[in-house]
Amino acid sequence: MTALVIAEHDNVSLKGSTFNTITAATQCGGEVHVLIAGHNAGAAAQAAAKVAGVAKVLLAEGAQFADGLAENIAAQALSLAPSYSHILAPATAYGKNILPRVAAKLDVAQISEITKVVSPDTFERPFYAGNAIATVQSADAVKVITVRATAFEAAAAGGSATVESVSAVADSGKSSFVSRHIATSARPELAGAKVVVSGGRGLGSEENFKILEPLADKLGAAMGASRAAVDAGFVPNDWQVGQTGKVVAPDLYIAVGISGAIQHLAGMKDSKTIVAINKDAEAPIFSVADYGIVGDLFEIVPQLIKELG
Amino acid sequence: MKVLVPVKRVVDYNVKVRVKSDQSGVDIANVKMSMNPFDEIAVEEAVRLKEAGKVSEIVAISCGTAQSQETLRTAMAIGADRAILVETDIELQPLAVAKLLKAIADKEQPQLIILGKQAIDDDANQTGQMLAALLDWPQATYASKVEVEGDKAQITREVDGGLEVISVKLPAIVTTDLRLNEPRYVTLPNIMKAKKKTLDNVKPADLGVDVAPRLKTLKVSEPPKRSAGIIVPDVGTLVDKLKNEAKVI
Repeated sequence: MTALVIAEHDNVSLKGSTFNTITAATQCGGEVHVLIAGHNAGAAAQAAAKVAGVAKVLLAEGAQFADGLAENIAAQALSLAPSYSHILAPATAYGKNILPRVAAKLDVAQISEITKVVSPDTFERPFYAGNAIATVQSADAVKVITVRATAFEAAAAGGSATVESVSAVADSGKSSFVSRHIATSARPELAGAKVVVSGGRGLGSEENFKILEPLADKLGAAMGASRAAVDAGFVPNDWQVGQTGKVVAPDLYIAVGISGAIQHLAGMKDSKTIVAINKDAEAPIFSVADYGIVGDLFEIVPQLIKELG
Repeated sequence: MKVLVPVKRVVDYNVKVRVKSDQSGVDIANVKMSMNPFDEIAVEEAVRLKEAGKVSEIVAISCGTAQSQETLRTAMAIGADRAILVETDIELQPLAVAKLLKAIADKEQPQLIILGKQAIDDDANQTGQMLAALLDWPQATYASKVEVEGDKAQITREVDGGLEVISVKLPAIVTTDLRLNEPRYVTLPNIMKAKKKTLDNVKPADLGVDVAPRLKTLKVSEPPKRSAGIIVPDVGTLVDKLKNEAKVI
């Protein structure tokens, strides 16, 4: 039994969720190999080789892997699939895009966003926006799995795996990368941040959202938002925390002007400490918050910034 | 150009489902059902492409029980031209749905298939990508903008940290994200018109597809409950609690 982890990386280093996925892979019971499919990705392969629990790193090099196109990465994983009992990827936009292609070609089910490995063929996964947890068993020969990063510890450093080059599959020729528009921010990445400051419809406008920035800066926090705030156009979609956005589990989650719709709670209720600021004392967000303040966020947020010094 | 739009009947997004006490599943008896919201966005996008003169026919498809006809009628009220129901009472998992859709795509020969990125019941986020693999088509998932030009489509995708633009050769699969469009309200005249549109009914066996589930659900349980905390009187108390009680700042 050997598990293959499809690493998400930027050719230089591994994305945070890859470390959590490696942990899930080690719990599947066998050896763990990591696939780095990239362009000039030797540094990413070396980084993977240093992760504890990794026995071997497979490096597939080629310009066709430079931008993570699903067709090419999935084909590369498929070319290696016969040696593996488990194929895992992080449940990020990257992994979710690629892995179902692998599962379908292998004619096996995919188990999405697992939160627990019960045994090598049995896993827990949330559905209905996290309102229910299913324990599912796969009878397929290969288990194809995406991993919810927040449910597993990040694998530590301390490995010394070998890096082996594997032959790269050809470009599919069916899709091509055009451009990328990634917001550059000094703030930490939302999915892995220790502190998250999130705003909701209560902020009222794109302009008003700015009052959260000094708070986030003071706490070294990532910024997030409810779906209502995204729908209203206050902030970009990739800020969205919830069932249809990102699932986060920081040490501290501060929900400002967020009522706490089911779909939002699904994305943040595993945070260690939750603070809610809302003018409606009946808002559902208070039912999951450790500390709540009822009042006008436009008065409370500036006070909080001042109090933090 | 023909477009297929698969739609799923799911528990309405406003309903909080309850886990059955025998842990056999969730209780969906007598709850409000609706079209999966991302599929509604998919239908709307197809209709906008038709209105822009890029698309000639829109075929809505649903796989599921006889009640999925309602969902197909809704799709036709938004603007789909006709519909196909693949009727079965068996629990359909994403791989089975992708195989059924492939069989229909082989017959209908569309240039574009637009699906929701994820159904809000099983939260699997698989069907579009699986269908693309089975058809050997390129895919553009999590779309926030779709531009069709000649034999290609340029798609803006929602990815972690921002947006990405890719170009795919048609035929292709597109899956929708939240900001692609805002679906129109269905009007009464359009609901009446939709009742007269063609709705064909086929069975999985007619398409030669084995839909037996691959994953066995051993049990369904409630997520661990988070108990409500305390309401603090002022910001000073809050900061004190965060520093000295929760020790998170």
